[in-house]
Amino acid sequence: MENMLHVSSSPHFRSNDSTRRIMLDVIIALIPTSIAACVIFGLRSLILIGVCVATCVLLEYVSRKIMKRDTTIGDLSAVVTGLLLALNLPVDINPLIAMFGCLIAIVVVKQMFGGIGMNFVNPALAARIVLLVSFPGPMMHWVKALGAPEAAAVDATTAATPLAAEPGTYSYIDLLIGRCGGSIGEVCAAALILGGIYLVIRRVISPIIPCVYLATAAVMSLIVGLDPLYQLLSGGLMLGAIFMATDYTTSPVTKWGKVIFACGCGIFTILLRAYSNMPEGVSFSILLMNILVPLIERMTVPRTLGFVKKAKGEKK
Amino acid sequence: MAKRSLFQEFSKGIIKENPVLCLVLGTCPTLAVTTSAFNAIGMGVAATAVLVCSNAVISLLRKVIPDKVRIPAYITIIAGFVSVVQMLVKAFAPAINASLGIFLPLIVVNCIILGRAEMFAGKNPVLPSILDGLGMGVGFTAALLCMGIIRELLGSGSVFGVQVLPFQILIFILPPGGFFVFGMLIMLANKLNTRAGKKVKTTPCDGCPMAKNCADKKCADMKKEATVNAD
Repeated sequence: MENMLHVSSSPHFRSNDSTRRIMLDVIIALIPTSIAACVIFGLRSLILIGVCVATCVLLEYVSRKIMKRDTTIGDLSAVVTGLLLALNLPVDINPLIAMFGCLIAIVVVKQMFGGIGMNFVNPALAARIVLLVSFPGPMMHWVKALGAPEAAAVDATTAATPLAAEPGTYSYIDLLIGRCGGSIGEVCAAALILGGIYLVIRRVISPIIPCVYLATAAVMSLIVGLDPLYQLLSGGLMLGAIFMATDYTTSPVTKWGKVIFACGCGIFTILLRAYSNMPEGVSFSILLMNILVPLIERMTVPRTLGFVKKAKGEKK
Repeated sequence: MAKRSLFQEFSKGIIKENPVLCLVLGTCPTLAVTTSAFNAIGMGVAATAVLVCSNAVISLLRKVIPDKVRIPAYITIIAGFVSVVQMLVKAFAPAINASLGIFLPLIVVNCIILGRAEMFAGKNPVLPSILDGLGMGVGFTAALLCMGIIRELLGSGSVFGVQVLPFQILIFILPPGGFFVFGMLIMLANKLNTRAGKKVKTTPCDGCPMAKNCADKKCADMKKEATVNAD
């Protein structure tokens, strides 16, 4: 009889989501992209992914131990960071440079600020930018992809990325299936979209950020006179919009905050692509908006349920 | 405050009250000129020379300078010495002059120098003031040299221009790397100070040249608390 009555404090309903489950979903969503990378750039990309994931997990474990905190490698967030970082690198990068990137991502950006949920910018993106600034040569050395058009070749082994190539070198189909130069995870737009659809169906990410980001980027391209579809499919835009900008820790929680955040990302991406001396602007624009997230959230605090706005006296 | 020996007046500037790493003064030249160890030494020596001379003169004139106009007076004295140092550097070490650029004349507004004038030389006799200036200058140079060596080693793979590493991590000679190394060194200095049991009691008003005349109640409370703690 006494077992029929339970007394406990709220919350009484819990969802089955855990950090581990969510991170596992992200990893599953990145599998098509990883397979595409292996097909396009060969098995070397698999080795690069392995090196990055292993280094990130190891560094996460060691740094938590040194700081005398609980081990958090079980939540798989370090695996996701390593995977995303690897997908942001060119395939023939020196593994030591990739490992230095892991050090920046996990130790400096993530653990020094308190671990998962405390980082103020996306660790993988911050690491990519540090590497891009530190090693501009190796980070912009693009291996010719499988089946890439001959016109794009700079020499026998390297090819220009779609953003740096002459207009007309790549067709939309080339960009969609990844017959072009670039980071191993950014070339195949179709695989990225597939992963994005999986994440939206699993309700891991809300479609607001990717959709608004891509839409803003398309509109901005029209305004500055670039081909919108070409801009959307090329470079790191898909990878950034689907997997980077939607990071829980570094994107706003409110609905309108998400819209503002994604608009900002889209505007800055196209402005950087069109007017800066770098061919790509996705990482810089997402990082910039990451830093603005606290301000955006303060601007868009939702009205409390039942709260009456005093100024107009209207009831909602 | 307890009376210090002359040696303590000199040595406090090196670790315990290191102007850059503990008082966090003079951050602008620290971040800007430490892209190589050679620049760091040039900046450190120039600033030390100005600091020692200005401390000596300000200490000599401390009873003559009216309290109300002391800051303009200090700045004038400091500017005089900076001009002398700048001309000397231009004449004898044009390479350093070229690489330090605008930061050499900017020693005039270096807050370490004005801070020492206000906090120390303005109320102490000549000899301790000179030693204080020398100690602070050595501490400043040492901190700059540490940063310069680390940034040059990682950023250009060399030490004092001699190539030693086969790779370069460019970000270390760019501003973000400067801030990163600066933060790491501050962490190290704090660690050293706590381990030696010499935890520096600081208030946010330390190093503020206006602290003495500050009418802010919060500031006054903090000063009172700091004095109680020091006793």
